[in-house]
Amino acid sequence: LFYSCLRGSDRVPLFPSPARTHVNYEVKDNVAVIRINDPTSKVNTLTRQLQDDMMEVLNEVWGNSAVKSAVIISTKPGCFIAGANIDMIKVCKSAEEVSKLSKEGQMMFEKIEKSPIPFVAAVNGTCMGGGLEFAIACHYRVATKSKKTVMALPEVMLGLLPGAGGTQRMPKMLGLPTAFDVMLTGRSIRADKAKKMGLVHHVIDPLGPGVKDPEERLIEYLEEVAVGVAKGLAKKTVTVEKKKGLMQKVQDAVLGIPLVRNQVYKTVTQKVMKQTKGLYPAPLSIIEAVQAGVEKGPAEGYHVEAVNFGKLAMTPESRALIGLYQGQVACKKNNFGKPEREVKSLAVLGAGLMGAGIAQVTVDKGVATILKDTTTEGLARGHDQVYKGLNDKAKKKSITTFERDMTLSFLKGQLDYSGFEKVDMVIEAVFEDLSIKHKVLKEVEAVIPPHCIFASNTSALPIREIAAASKRPEKVIGMHYFSPVDKMQLLEIITTDKTSKDTTASAVAVGLKQGKVIIVVGDGPGFYTTRCLAPTLVEGIRILQEGVGPKKLDSLTTGFGFPVGVSTLIDEVGVDVAAHVAEDLGKAFGSRFGGGNVDVLKTMIQKGFKGRKSGKGCYVYSAKKKDKQVNSGTEEILKAFKLTAPPAVSGDEDVQYRLVSRFVNEAALCLQEGILADPVQGDIGAVFGLGFPPCLGGPFRFLDSFGADKLVQKMKRYEDAYGNQFTPCQLLLDYAKDPSKKFHK
Amino acid sequence: YVFTTFIKLSEFTKSKKTLSKPGVRNVVLVEGVRTPFLQAGTTYADLMAHDLARGALQGLLNRTAFPKEAVDYIVYGTVIQEVKTSNVAREAALGAGFSDKTPAHTVTMACISSNQAMTTAVGLVASGQCDAVVAGGVEFMSDVPIRHSRKMRKMMLSLNRARTLGARLSLLGSLRLSHLVPELPAVSEFSTAEMMGHSADRLAAAFGISRLDQDEFALRSHVLAKKAQDEGLLTDIVDFKVPGKDIVSKDNGIRPSTMEQMSKLKPAFIKPHGTVTAANSSYLTDGASAVLIMSEEKALAMGYKPKAYLSPTYAIPKVLERSGLTLADIDAFEFHEAFAGQVLANLTAMESDWFAQNCMGRKAKVGAPPMEKFNLWGGSLSLGHPFAATGCRLVTMVAHRLKKEGGQYGLVAACAAGGQGHAMLVEACPQ
Repeated sequence: LFYSCLRGSDRVPLFPSPARTHVNYEVKDNVAVIRINDPTSKVNTLTRQLQDDMMEVLNEVWGNSAVKSAVIISTKPGCFIAGANIDMIKVCKSAEEVSKLSKEGQMMFEKIEKSPIPFVAAVNGTCMGGGLEFAIACHYRVATKSKKTVMALPEVMLGLLPGAGGTQRMPKMLGLPTAFDVMLTGRSIRADKAKKMGLVHHVIDPLGPGVKDPEERLIEYLEEVAVGVAKGLAKKTVTVEKKKGLMQKVQDAVLGIPLVRNQVYKTVTQKVMKQTKGLYPAPLSIIEAVQAGVEKGPAEGYHVEAVNFGKLAMTPESRALIGLYQGQVACKKNNFGKPEREVKSLAVLGAGLMGAGIAQVTVDKGVATILKDTTTEGLARGHDQVYKGLNDKAKKKSITTFERDMTLSFLKGQLDYSGFEKVDMVIEAVFEDLSIKHKVLKEVEAVIPPHCIFASNTSALPIREIAAASKRPEKVIGMHYFSPVDKMQLLEIITTDKTSKDTTASAVAVGLKQGKVIIVVGDGPGFYTTRCLAPTLVEGIRILQEGVGPKKLDSLTTGFGFPVGVSTLIDEVGVDVAAHVAEDLGKAFGSRFGGGNVDVLKTMIQKGFKGRKSGKGCYVYSAKKKDKQVNSGTEEILKAFKLTAPPAVSGDEDVQYRLVSRFVNEAALCLQEGILADPVQGDIGAVFGLGFPPCLGGPFRFLDSFGADKLVQKMKRYEDAYGNQFTPCQLLLDYAKDPSKKFHK
Repeated sequence: YVFTTFIKLSEFTKSKKTLSKPGVRNVVLVEGVRTPFLQAGTTYADLMAHDLARGALQGLLNRTAFPKEAVDYIVYGTVIQEVKTSNVAREAALGAGFSDKTPAHTVTMACISSNQAMTTAVGLVASGQCDAVVAGGVEFMSDVPIRHSRKMRKMMLSLNRARTLGARLSLLGSLRLSHLVPELPAVSEFSTAEMMGHSADRLAAAFGISRLDQDEFALRSHVLAKKAQDEGLLTDIVDFKVPGKDIVSKDNGIRPSTMEQMSKLKPAFIKPHGTVTAANSSYLTDGASAVLIMSEEKALAMGYKPKAYLSPTYAIPKVLERSGLTLADIDAFEFHEAFAGQVLANLTAMESDWFAQNCMGRKAKVGAPPMEKFNLWGGSLSLGHPFAATGCRLVTMVAHRLKKEGGQYGLVAACAAGGQGHAMLVEACPQ
């Protein structure tokens, strides 16, 4: 007792312990306050060292009879535990190895759950994955309402499952339906919502400035409150039971019936199958683990959880998703250094869908933004779009109406160039026409200060052609946003050989502030993303011409993992835009961009079938009907342009691979030509900008897992049937020749 | 004239400095009065806000025998507005018999509304626009406007415009039970959606102010107020006759308790771990106050003995720096006590270099006032806090304390919802 008491106090290291760097504790009024802080990282993750330290501390705490209860808290600002360390899983060679990791986690948390003394988890900041599993193994949870406090089980997004008891404890704590929702979506839960759901017992408000850093004081305060709770638990003046509402009681009663539960599993499985087309194994594994635990008891439940965790870690889907996660992290960094001047005020030209969207993601980060249009009607529409975007957030309570109004005050709508003499960056989002772009560029350059950057939001016009009209081409850059701007995460930044490094650094900094995932690519017709999209769309038209209906084409593409089918995509992008891009890039790249006949699109435009915006495209859109009907007018046009499908390459699978191979080949060409700096950005751009199947992880990850040789074989077959649009590029041939060559290490 | 004042002051006081500046008119407090402050729902319960305001204004006139027509302007503060008397200043002034040629306007700035009324008055006098201005404030918490819901209001307004019986019936037909849910006056701040008490609790936590400290401070306030009441020091009170009831002449919220009793209370806002309780917060109060503010020369010419010079701004260090004084020069401090936790947090902040450097852009801390000069006759916790009437009570009290204690400088400070603050330097006039 004496020994551990002394050991327990950080301040009296009488007996120096073997290096315990990540976890320490102190006994305060019979409460062991266990503090976590990984000194080697900005966040706490469940590394080997942290787990070993924790076990050691736990054993000392349990061995100390003076300790009546315990508090687990992180002293790291903004982070409780961000989750298990992904690298620990990545180094494992077999499913069994990963299962063992899972079992170790399960055992540690089970010990806490069954501990003779009560444990209070005091949560401030990120509490995800293994971190949340740790917290729910404790008997009581106190969380701060800090904006940084976010709870989630995001394993499913990495193709994994909560492998440290999460699938077993969550259903008990939240009930089956909510538990499935949390684990299958991986969604983030804020503290007040967590309180309502019953995930935490008690919440505390963040503090303003006092006599020290507010965050530091908040952690102290959280500890004070948690120690109070821990004392209460030991004295039994505080109970861990939560009051259940009537609805909760009714739900519990209903779910007590095995038949009802079976129905729940069935419904959830159906829903998952519908959404994932069976391409993602993790959600099904989660359901299986939950079901095993609930129906066959904890021993079986924990076993299935661990085994499934191991299996999932070895799947290409999980590797692909983890790759995307890590790529996304990499694309949220500025590799071009700190810009000389921070962009503090920005102007957007054109209050259309894109312009207003760009303005919205800028003002909501508190950057003063001018939104300029040429007509009051256009301006009013754009202003309304920004207001609606913010108001929707207020309705969902992610911001208050006051914050909405304050944010909107950063937006200044106008028709002239007043105030442009003070802006640091101008982003133009005017009509995609080179002469109009030149006109606004000249107008803007006449009024902006010398340091101001001119960025063009274009999806296909080469930046160097736009910059040709500029007096200062080093300040001209491309910033290609994706629609809808406030929802799509990707920003494609295009630099010319004249763009200065500082201009690039500034553009990346602005994009990061806007919350974007950024790829920086070289200049050329269609840059990277549009260049990959165009041949895919053209092939889609070819497939439609061959008599595969729009609905069938959609189901084949979504069945491959694309979130949106090709026919729907044409309608969403706009038939006119698709025609424009196909024609322009066709001119630039020649027969490689051939296949489908662009006249199909042109005829559609003539008939007024411009896609969703005009109410008709491949489909007919009406506000009333949810189920969209194929547009018979378009079907007629397709008949008029009908081509015979070569039977050897027109099976369902071949149709899918014709689309994908053209996409992937073009991506590989971009890497070969240096438009892309690396495969990581290629994968991120394809998935986040174009909806390339996330389960495949992007074109390059797909080549690694599928095999470049296999794809080349398929392409050669298509080449024989159709011609050179299917000729594999040199880089593909190189990788096909040597299967040991991989894009991702 | 300013010169002579200076000489007189230097003979009279220990400090050689004075607030008067050459070329600027001296603004003086001639008199200040208030109705007794009563807990909401007690003897004043059946009155309206302008009744109390009228009482304070009449009391001021009675005590000073000031000619009504010599008042150039009236400024009055109020926080929770009675919709029937939205310009309560005008209603009360007319009712108190002031000239209908004397303009009157109402100001609102949460708990520093009457501080703002006085500041406006000082500005009017200093700029030479007025010679005599009455400022004050009133709060009436025994009755607050409770509205119909927005849906109901909208329906009623449409009903007004409906021309035909059919149109009216169809509107009435849209009436739902939810229309009848009333809307209470906001207890939380609009911009932050946070209640004052909740905010005070967080503030106390941010500064690490314990429950014990807060309870002790609240007890001190009540004990000192009781002592001041018993010794007859609260001479700013004027009697108020409630129609059909007794004459009220004493505050009724001063109740010194014991630490043991106070420690039994549960937190009122942040449950269960908060530290702000009913006992260490100010309570809902009815009351009104009024002061007469004049140019010194006019006051002297009319034969008045002004009590104090006034010099307001919005923060303590600012007011001190502007006048070239330091905290050590101040003889009497009167701070508004909304919550014990809030006062103690403020005092801690003034003592903190971290706060000065990180939150105020100053090099070093301001320093906290010594407790032996601080709120010696009780404060809002014990005397009561009719929001918009407190500012005048503070200024009058500090003037009276300077006189009683023989000091030269007084410092008044108050905080208000919306993150605003007010400070005023008060200098005793030569006797």
